[in-house]
Amino acid sequence: MIVNEQVAVDHGLKKDEYAKICELLKRTPNITELGIFSAMWNEHCSYKSSRLHLKKLPTKGKKVIQGPGENAGVIDIEDNDAIVFKIESHNHPSFIEPYQGAATGVGGIMRDVFTMGARPIANLNSIHFGSPQHKKTKNLLRGVVHGIGGYGNCMGVPTIAGQTSFDSSYNGNILVNAMTLGLVKKDKIFYSKAAGLNKPVIYVGSKTGRDGIHGASMASASFDEKIEEKKPTVQVGDPFTEKLLLEACLELMAGDSIIAIQDMGAAGLTSSSIEMASKGNLGIEINLNKVPCREAKMTPYEIMLSESQERMLIVLENGKEEHAKKIFDKWNLDFAIIGKTTKSKKIELYFDEEKVADIPVNNLVENSPMYDRKWKKTKLPKKNKIKKEDIKHLKIIDVLKKILANPNVCSKERIWQQYDHTVMGDTIQKPGGDAGVVRVHGTEKAIAASVDSSAVYCWAHPLTGGKQVVCESFRNLISVGAKPIAITNCLNFGSPENEESMGEFVECVQGIGEASDYLKFPVVSGNVSFYNQTKDEGIKPTPAIGGVGLIKDYKNMITMEFKEIDNLVIVIGKTEGHIDQSLFARTILDEKNGPPPEVNLFNEKNNGETLLKMIDNNLIKSVHDVSLGGIITAVAKMCIKGKKGINIKKPKYLINELEYFFAEDQGRYILEINKKDFRKVADILNKNAVHFDELGKITENELYIDEKTKVTIDELATSHKSWLTNYMSK
Amino acid sequence: MKSTVITFPGSNCDRDMDVALKKFGFKNKMVWHADAELPKSDLVVLPGGFSYGDYLRCGSMASKSKIMQSVINFASSGGMVLGICNGFQILVETGLVPGVLLRNKYLEFICKNVFVKISDKKNKYFKNIENEVLEFHIAHNEGNYFCTNDQLKVIEDNNQIAINYCDRNGKIEDQFNPNGSIKNIAGIFNKEKNVLGMMPHPERMIDTSLSGEDGSLFFKNLINNLK
Repeated sequence: MIVNEQVAVDHGLKKDEYAKICELLKRTPNITELGIFSAMWNEHCSYKSSRLHLKKLPTKGKKVIQGPGENAGVIDIEDNDAIVFKIESHNHPSFIEPYQGAATGVGGIMRDVFTMGARPIANLNSIHFGSPQHKKTKNLLRGVVHGIGGYGNCMGVPTIAGQTSFDSSYNGNILVNAMTLGLVKKDKIFYSKAAGLNKPVIYVGSKTGRDGIHGASMASASFDEKIEEKKPTVQVGDPFTEKLLLEACLELMAGDSIIAIQDMGAAGLTSSSIEMASKGNLGIEINLNKVPCREAKMTPYEIMLSESQERMLIVLENGKEEHAKKIFDKWNLDFAIIGKTTKSKKIELYFDEEKVADIPVNNLVENSPMYDRKWKKTKLPKKNKIKKEDIKHLKIIDVLKKILANPNVCSKERIWQQYDHTVMGDTIQKPGGDAGVVRVHGTEKAIAASVDSSAVYCWAHPLTGGKQVVCESFRNLISVGAKPIAITNCLNFGSPENEESMGEFVECVQGIGEASDYLKFPVVSGNVSFYNQTKDEGIKPTPAIGGVGLIKDYKNMITMEFKEIDNLVIVIGKTEGHIDQSLFARTILDEKNGPPPEVNLFNEKNNGETLLKMIDNNLIKSVHDVSLGGIITAVAKMCIKGKKGINIKKPKYLINELEYFFAEDQGRYILEINKKDFRKVADILNKNAVHFDELGKITENELYIDEKTKVTIDELATSHKSWLTNYMSK
Repeated sequence: MKSTVITFPGSNCDRDMDVALKKFGFKNKMVWHADAELPKSDLVVLPGGFSYGDYLRCGSMASKSKIMQSVINFASSGGMVLGICNGFQILVETGLVPGVLLRNKYLEFICKNVFVKISDKKNKYFKNIENEVLEFHIAHNEGNYFCTNDQLKVIEDNNQIAINYCDRNGKIEDQFNPNGSIKNIAGIFNKEKNVLGMMPHPERMIDTSLSGEDGSLFFKNLINNLK
């Protein structure tokens, strides 16, 4: 096939990018080389629109062993233990083929983690769908949930937490973000940097097929009406093979045979070989006839661009080939020596004794395009004034029941029951709480993790929204008694070529950066997904933040359900009555404008750290952070989970009852404490300048407000649980 | 007491079972499916997971593994063989216990705590256990137990039903049946009651921080019965 500008454009490259390729090579590339360039230079692999901004994120800290740039981030959890973790998107394929798209998303992120030598110990996910009434939503939801379960359950890794939301902006572009945490010894971490000359380059895992060719390019473009035709670009997952690959890799890693290892994810053999060579400042020579293929007559182009799953590339020490082969034979996996490292600093490919590609590695990596895209700043919207007559008729219990049954607040049990969340025998906090918690096997330590996003806030004001979502992650970890250590982010946005979407990206990243810097909660890994857009309709900006924290003694873990009758309930953090962009405003008042709640980083840090101190002093019985739906929704959930009631007296505030109970001001937590500890708690809070309100006392089975309004907890539980069950059963 | 856990390609509860057995005093050995010989054991466990990816039919490929001939011989000579979840599926495929396990009635994987009523205590697994009802944990996609009417009659005549899904008070009703199993069957014996297959995972219920502690009761009782 003759390569020209049109062929390049068909590969998703821009005309000037093609000109640059010809200039770098000082000749016209052949079709294989063009395919390699298009795979490396697409948005998904090159981060060409985002790199400039991502550089500004804080990525260092005392506990950070490895920041962004490797397969995953690594943090220190003491005693020579480390946690490897990352979140990644699989949005585009999941919309086209929900089961396989979601399944291979989960498979891909687990591979990123065990590539570094870590055994995966927990999975999380953040999934976002269009309006529940949209004709595609239910099938997409079912398919994605089945896919996540199908892969994770088979791997035997518990899915311990997650988030599911619905919003019409995802009607044409759903989001599927998967996160994995792995456990590794600090001195047994593996990296992707090749080293040494003439070292054998090994291919292991599944055979290469024609699936997923151009997957990364597909994920670097917007959707149009012909999206169904893209089905062949979606990879097909085989979790059984991945389980074998995991065990085989860990077995090989126990010795000292591996110099570098890299999984074949997006852009398959192309990006894995080039990344290893680039990091090691070396060349790699590959004989493509040696690559195990699933189908006959695959061309070099197809072999290099296939995104078949469950494959790894390894640079071995010389003389270890036999030892390594034995292990992969035991696990019934393909093993092939396909090439070697060279000093050429080029990627050189041979097929049928002919050289089919010859590209200097730096042309593909350092010389890849980087854009300073135009972007638009979002002004802080004006506050709305709520008119008394608009809310006069509203009854608090009716509103509460509606909010508890809202698709974005309701119980997601029907979803997480389909995920094995208890395998490995260390899950001590299941999904449905503020964060999932697993023990570090055989120790007193436990790791908490949560994944959060607040697209509505980010949409209303990206800078504030970006900050808020980091704070929410911080709060969720503290709510289970964990000290927050670091985050991973999955940045889901529309087209970077659109100034508004690019502006949302830039300002969300700025917000994330400010909050993570202030809270000492650095970003150690992540992924950007642009072009979540169908024609001109983009999604609401949805940065998802995966937070990880440490509990030194797992017996001090906190859960959210109310524990004991007569205990006191207090709210920490100040309630100003911020209603704009709250669930109350958006769903009850149908008011979609206005600014999101303000984020005060000082209060956020101070409230959180003070609470953590009180938890360490055993003063706190249960905690739940206040988020969607405000104080009353948080309290109702604690009642439902604990099967207890509460007698509430609204503190004397200037704001009215509805504003007090449904406002979504930030930095707040609901705490349950024993009566006898009240003085001590009040003293600590006062000394640390943390505002608090006394809210009430735990009772048997009713939520009772100011001695005039009441509802049984059973009734609230029914509202909370029935929406999703009904939706998914029909 | 010596126990053996078999690891098949795709097993994923083998480590959990190893941890549980050791916690309650067993000297446990892990044995690879391609081995031919079983070590001397008082108990052999087929653990949960997705042996051979559950491709073809759950448990069918594993039932033909090299080690399985030794396990079948061991069971036929009266040896204690316990199959949990995928292990149960493997047992039905070998024919050591009767019946089959179909896909869950609601076509969804299900992971949650359930209650089971012990229906027969004249066996080494449940003899001397004080409780009538245990809180166990299930996590499976194919746990819907089924057999023919003729088989069911034999099973019932021989008291081969080990445990049934129920509520916390031991009431066995359709609404407490998580997967559509015939007669709420959660676990079943062979005729001689030395082989037990069950869907629930007692190894996930062995300390208060996990889903519960009724798994501890099961293992403590089991090792005492074997002594």
